[in-house]
Amino acid sequence: MEYVIEMLDIRKEFPGIVANDNITLQVKKGEIHALLGENGAGKSTLMNVLFGLYQPEKGQIRVNGQEVKITDPNVANDLGIGMVHQHFMLVQNFTVTENIILGNEPTRTGKINIKKAAQDIQELSNQYGLSVDPYAKIQDISVGMQQRVEILKTLYRGADILIFDEPTAALTPQEITELIQIMKKLIQEGKSIILITHKLKEIMSVCDRCTIIRKGVGVGTVNVQETNPDELAALMVGREVHFKTEKKTATPKEAVLTIKELVVEDSRGVEAVSSLDLSVRAGEIVGIAGVDGNGQTELIEAITGLRKIKSGSITLKNQELSTLSTRKITESGIGHIPQDRHKHGLVLDYTIGENIGLQTYYQKPMSKSGILNYKEMYKKAKELIAEYDVRTPSEYTQARSLSGGNQQKAIIAREVDRSPELLIAAQPTRGLDVGAIEFIHKKLIEERDKGRAVLLVSLELDEVINLSDRIAVIYEGKIVDIVDPKETNEQELGLLMAGGTREKAGGTA
Amino acid sequence: MNKLVKNERVMMILIPVVSAILGLIAGAVIMLLGGYDPMLGYQSLFDGMFGTPKAIGETIRAMTPLALAGIAVAFAYKTGLFNIGVEGQLLVGWLASVWVGYAFDLPAVIHIPLAVLAAAAAGAVWAFIPGFLKAKFHVHEVIVSIMMNYIALYTTSSLIRTYLYAGNEKSYDIKESASLASSFLAQLTDNSRLHYGILITIAAAIVMWFILNKTAKGFELRAVGFNQHASQYAGINVGRNIVLSMAISGAFAGLAGAMEGLGTFQYMGTFTAFTGTGFDGIAVALLGANSAIGILLASFFFGGLQTAAPQMNFMTGVPSELIQIVIALIIFFVASSYLIRWVLGRAGKGGAK
Amino acid sequence: MNFLEVLAIIIPAALYSAAPLIFTALGGIFSERSGVVNIGLEGLMMFGAFTGIVSTLLLQDSLGAWAPWVAIVIAAVVCAVFSLIHAVASITLKADQTVSGVALNFLAAGLSIFLIKKIFGKGQTDFIQFRIDKVSIPGLSDIPVIGKILFSNVPITSYIAIALAFAVWYIIYKTPFGLRLRSVGEHPMAADTMGIKVVRMRYVGVMISGMLAGIGGAVYATSIATNFAAGTIAGQGFLAIAAMIFGKWHPIGALGAAMFFGLAQSLSITGAQIPVIQDIPSVLLTIAPYVLTILALTGFVGRAEAPKALGVPYEKGRR
Repeated sequence: MEYVIEMLDIRKEFPGIVANDNITLQVKKGEIHALLGENGAGKSTLMNVLFGLYQPEKGQIRVNGQEVKITDPNVANDLGIGMVHQHFMLVQNFTVTENIILGNEPTRTGKINIKKAAQDIQELSNQYGLSVDPYAKIQDISVGMQQRVEILKTLYRGADILIFDEPTAALTPQEITELIQIMKKLIQEGKSIILITHKLKEIMSVCDRCTIIRKGVGVGTVNVQETNPDELAALMVGREVHFKTEKKTATPKEAVLTIKELVVEDSRGVEAVSSLDLSVRAGEIVGIAGVDGNGQTELIEAITGLRKIKSGSITLKNQELSTLSTRKITESGIGHIPQDRHKHGLVLDYTIGENIGLQTYYQKPMSKSGILNYKEMYKKAKELIAEYDVRTPSEYTQARSLSGGNQQKAIIAREVDRSPELLIAAQPTRGLDVGAIEFIHKKLIEERDKGRAVLLVSLELDEVINLSDRIAVIYEGKIVDIVDPKETNEQELGLLMAGGTREKAGGTA
Repeated sequence: MNKLVKNERVMMILIPVVSAILGLIAGAVIMLLGGYDPMLGYQSLFDGMFGTPKAIGETIRAMTPLALAGIAVAFAYKTGLFNIGVEGQLLVGWLASVWVGYAFDLPAVIHIPLAVLAAAAAGAVWAFIPGFLKAKFHVHEVIVSIMMNYIALYTTSSLIRTYLYAGNEKSYDIKESASLASSFLAQLTDNSRLHYGILITIAAAIVMWFILNKTAKGFELRAVGFNQHASQYAGINVGRNIVLSMAISGAFAGLAGAMEGLGTFQYMGTFTAFTGTGFDGIAVALLGANSAIGILLASFFFGGLQTAAPQMNFMTGVPSELIQIVIALIIFFVASSYLIRWVLGRAGKGGAK
Repeated sequence: MNFLEVLAIIIPAALYSAAPLIFTALGGIFSERSGVVNIGLEGLMMFGAFTGIVSTLLLQDSLGAWAPWVAIVIAAVVCAVFSLIHAVASITLKADQTVSGVALNFLAAGLSIFLIKKIFGKGQTDFIQFRIDKVSIPGLSDIPVIGKILFSNVPITSYIAIALAFAVWYIIYKTPFGLRLRSVGEHPMAADTMGIKVVRMRYVGVMISGMLAGIGGAVYATSIATNFAAGTIAGQGFLAIAAMIFGKWHPIGALGAAMFFGLAQSLSITGAQIPVIQDIPSVLLTIAPYVLTILALTGFVGRAEAPKALGVPYEKGRR
């Protein structure tokens, strides 16, 4: 049995946490091997050890049977190991060529030979079917092309073993299919692939074997042919997982949020939202499905007042929001769970109690004539922490120290406690473990059942289909179609998200 | 020991203290290398700091503008801004206080507050400019503030020459009704220049602590300093708070100028170079861990060093620039607190074994 | 006095004044492009001026007119080493880079005067005997019209500075070293994954900035000031930083900006000879460069231009 990569009993520690606890991974030559685990299970850490970015405390690595010490990415490269990162490692204002040759530049009398580099890249690109424009700047090209640049980086350095870290996070279903084709071509050309993912469907469709990691510990390796998604999920989480959240049918009432012909420009002055119409009714969850970058972010920013609109109207129960300040908008009855909790949702250096009071600190009883009443603030925080089961040593703990899931729970507590008419949830479960995800889904449905309007924006199609009563597909700044989740599927949604039209006629609007 | 390192409060005190000690040790090394006697050097230094009533009086007097400069820097820093323009704000504050002190004839009970307020206002306006440019145009406040320092230096000098010149590189003296000087205090401290400004300074420290820690506005300012995005999301007007923070900081700096104009000197000189107080304020803020009490203590320490430097020079020949070097090293040590934490952490591990 | 005669006064004066700024601004580019803020350029210039004058004074008896040139080289080396303090504090110890730079300025100011008092027993040095003089380039200065304006009455160091700006442009944009330097300042983690040693690159960037600022200070001291005291380098370093920002961290941009500032500075000196300008109150001319800098920064430069990772210490494993 020819193993091309063996990681034996790897132990990697960080201050206060064991990220990899004696994990063993063995990859055969020419296979696509999945590394499956929840967010935070330790998959990326393990691969960073393989790639030389981290040094393990204990354990052995063998490449093609030889024991090696991978002290930095250069050594990994020399051994033929290449990594396609989840968050692209690309210098924005460099060209495609410059990014690929960085550190390995072909030169002629001291000057970089850009022409030769571009030529070599063009050849590689043709050989593997990875189309790129060698002279384009990264900041100007699509996400799909950026990923191809990441792949070319590894091939340019002669990688035989490619590690793909969560490659499909930002891709449409069609782009995912293309990527799978690319991976199969790479295998044909003699490469071996390690695929880090938490997406069970992808594993089933393209991988040969799968190693599961749970909370830093290796749980086993299975042949993909001999298993199924439910079994994999159970191994990943350690118990039975319910994918579909139980919910009653919705009984929506009057419209709470009405958006008409909304036009919003992004930071570069380009139209991100182009004459968009949408309404959300009390007692329903409307899910917005779309590929990242089609205007969802700008739409939410416009509704919540974080971005000025160009034209159109946003009304909350007959009150025009677009002319109001962020604070007034919040006060008129909107709750917002932001998509980037560290950037927008929390002041990490404040205590969790201060963060829970972040939207209401200036009102009575927390504040009187400008003087803050910290006692009141922490009293409220304590209540909410208990009610929402936020795991924290105390309400005086710095927000930074809490786990992602608990941070998110605190944010939800803060927003929901104000009983907003409209609750906006943007990527509410990004980066969270299954337990937190279940909790948040339950809470969103609860709010909907209480009669609130919920607007959900998510890049996880499963989540959108699972939770929404109506799905609005956004493409190039417009809502192109509204579908009933019970009557659609991922393929159809994927098509709509990429700008196509539904084949079937009819459907709920 | 390890547990201590984890306790943030303790570290906040330990780091400045350790840095100060390290700085003084480094100073001793430099004295040795320069062929001077460090023991004698430091002895005359401490003597000059609080060896006599006059020394203590002068130390407290030197502390007043330093503490206010430190408060100015710390206030801005707590809200995410680097006010390196304290020097210029101090100069315009000084000029404003002297001008009001000279140009009007009013009972002291009105004259002093008026002159003091003028100084604060001048400083606030001078700091408003970099604050505004940062909020509106995202221009880095450091470079603008540095430019404003030079503009203040040349402009105040020119204004004095044109409107307030009394000859001998000085402006006219202020009227007695505007003066903070006190014969009572002078008597108490053997004819030092100690004046009532120390009361204003302590009041300012209390005000800073109160605003930042007890008010809703302070909550907002600190939030903006930590995370502008989350603050915006929380409905806080980031731009307005940046400007407000710089203006308040500038007001404190202006007050520092008033200390000199109304207390120490009773006039303003036509400067060709900076006083250095503004930059020392940065050291004071750092050493005082940006806290009100810390700043008062740190400014006492630095005020003492400055007061005693001539004494040290006189007794041992050590150039007074040594103080500047020691201060610079202390800043390096505080700023590199990472290293101190690491060393203390190591010491802890070694101890436990 | 006609326009050409005015030019013949102010352009050479501008070139004369701009040279120290050009050297220092180019130095700043190396440091900041690698991601390290260097406010300490002012202190480094000061130390370069100090080293330059002291070296010249010590060598002028044996080397005569060569002394200032050798002194400049010595200043370059000394300041490269001196800048290590900022490098260690900012890069390895992850101190706040602005604070470290300010501390470096204090240190340079205090140390240089301390040493002067120790060596010379007074607060300022003697004047150097041999300075870097203004020259007129044989041949080129005889060209009608532009000869008098561009090639007369300017120290050679100014031309060296201009040539250096183009050389730096080549290095930063055309060589592997330059590509890697820029990558470290834009996206150090990406550079790390490509096997580039981020920490080493940043040390090199800071040391080159120290070397060039040292040269800038020494050039100022040996061609303009001719002695050293506390007020010799009063803000030149900060002006150079402003020129770097104004020039958008690009060598040729910084060159242009530095020349612009050199022009503004020289006007306050030569202005007395020029009609119109001589009527402007001198204080306005003195503060002109500073006001213009503020206007320029506000009007021309957006925050988006700075290297993306500027001012952020690099930590491996931070995701």
